[in-house]
Amino acid sequence: MARDYSMLGPDARRAVETGLAAAEWYHTDVPRKEMKALMQRADQPAIRDTILLFGAMILLAGIGIALWPSWWSAPFWLAYGVLYGSAMDSRWHECSHGTAFKTRWMNDALYQVASFCMVRNPVTWRWSHARHHTDTIIVGRDPEIVAMRPPALRRILLNFLGIVDSWNGWGRMLLNASGKVHPEEASYIPEQERPKVIRVARIWVAIYAATIALALATGSILPLMVIGLPRLYGAWHHVLTGVLQHAGLADNVLDHRLNSRTVYMNPVSRFIYWNMNYHVEHHMFPMVPYHRLPDLHARIKHDLPAPNASMWQAYSEVWPALKRQLRYEDYFLKRELPGSARPYRDDFHAVAV
Amino acid sequence: MADWIDACATDDIEEEDLIRFDHGDRTFAIYRSPSDEYFCTDGLCTHEQVHLEDGLVQDYEIECPKHNATFDYRTGEALRAPACENLRTYPVKVQGDRVLVEL
Repeated sequence: MARDYSMLGPDARRAVETGLAAAEWYHTDVPRKEMKALMQRADQPAIRDTILLFGAMILLAGIGIALWPSWWSAPFWLAYGVLYGSAMDSRWHECSHGTAFKTRWMNDALYQVASFCMVRNPVTWRWSHARHHTDTIIVGRDPEIVAMRPPALRRILLNFLGIVDSWNGWGRMLLNASGKVHPEEASYIPEQERPKVIRVARIWVAIYAATIALALATGSILPLMVIGLPRLYGAWHHVLTGVLQHAGLADNVLDHRLNSRTVYMNPVSRFIYWNMNYHVEHHMFPMVPYHRLPDLHARIKHDLPAPNASMWQAYSEVWPALKRQLRYEDYFLKRELPGSARPYRDDFHAVAV
Repeated sequence: MADWIDACATDDIEEEDLIRFDHGDRTFAIYRSPSDEYFCTDGLCTHEQVHLEDGLVQDYEIECPKHNATFDYRTGEALRAPACENLRTYPVKVQGDRVLVEL
């Protein structure tokens, strides 16, 4: 039977009936003392990274503006775009967990900026991401599944230029600004939070209106090159890394070792992605800040499937798996565990595995 | 009428940490603050009923291990989404080296 990814459809009801929703998940054993040390928050790493990020954005956009409209400005816009349309994805993500900084207002401030850049309503998406962690890749429950089965490859490819996601984001912004919340959003956002969704959407509409008015007044798309368009021309990196998080792996299971993927990446991608390449570790212990994920990885890798050695190697397994799922949507890659790991609990997910 | 229940020894809990305490069919969290005071709340996060025992205590806040919802464990006040509902708190007293909770 074909999967139904709607939050209001038959698979959503089935997940609740079969105990897959809001279930107990597998965790690697880590002594409390060690886990407490790994969970400790700090401001310093994220302050350093945020200064670097915004400093680079100001510099690149400044050079882009200075060289505009020459084609010599193009590489600077492309680099600026990656920081706006991809690095902000990982900042949005880490700050939604509240783990980037120790100081709450710093988390909240960066969260608001990053949400705007990614066109993700900060209230809606906080709830959507909470659901993603409760019910990771549970069909009908997880609203953030990128590679469904069969995979919508055209949608994924279009999103390398941010086309589908930003179109939906701007559409949802206008809907929210008109005072409405989509029925699917209403299934996971508590009623008392909905006025905040609408308030943020209206502020964003005002910012976009001012940017468009400036573009019209100056007869140039330059203002939109700084605000708005980088969500399109800089999106490719966050899609490139994000697809690898879960694509081609099991769904409807209760063990992140089966449905999430850790991939070793180069330092530049890890800065842009804020270490979310350690994705099994992040899902198993979302309290651990991004800057401690390499330590967590070293601590628990004996209990996890071997990480992919590079993005290239990861795509060499993901791409054929996605193509095969076009014909056989029940096909998935089962991650092999090392001998040192505790085995998968088949009673948790016998049907899927 | 509420009773004072012997929950644990004072040194069962590290400073700025918590432990789980089960009594009857109910579950609680008992905290030791950075200034060596003790507090007790319901054990389950009001967002999705995940136990707080694996959460992170920082100053006077407890953060849920699943979705990072945060509460002031002295008052039970929900400080950060996705929690919207406050935690219930219970009176605590220390007698000698024992922590007692009024349930």
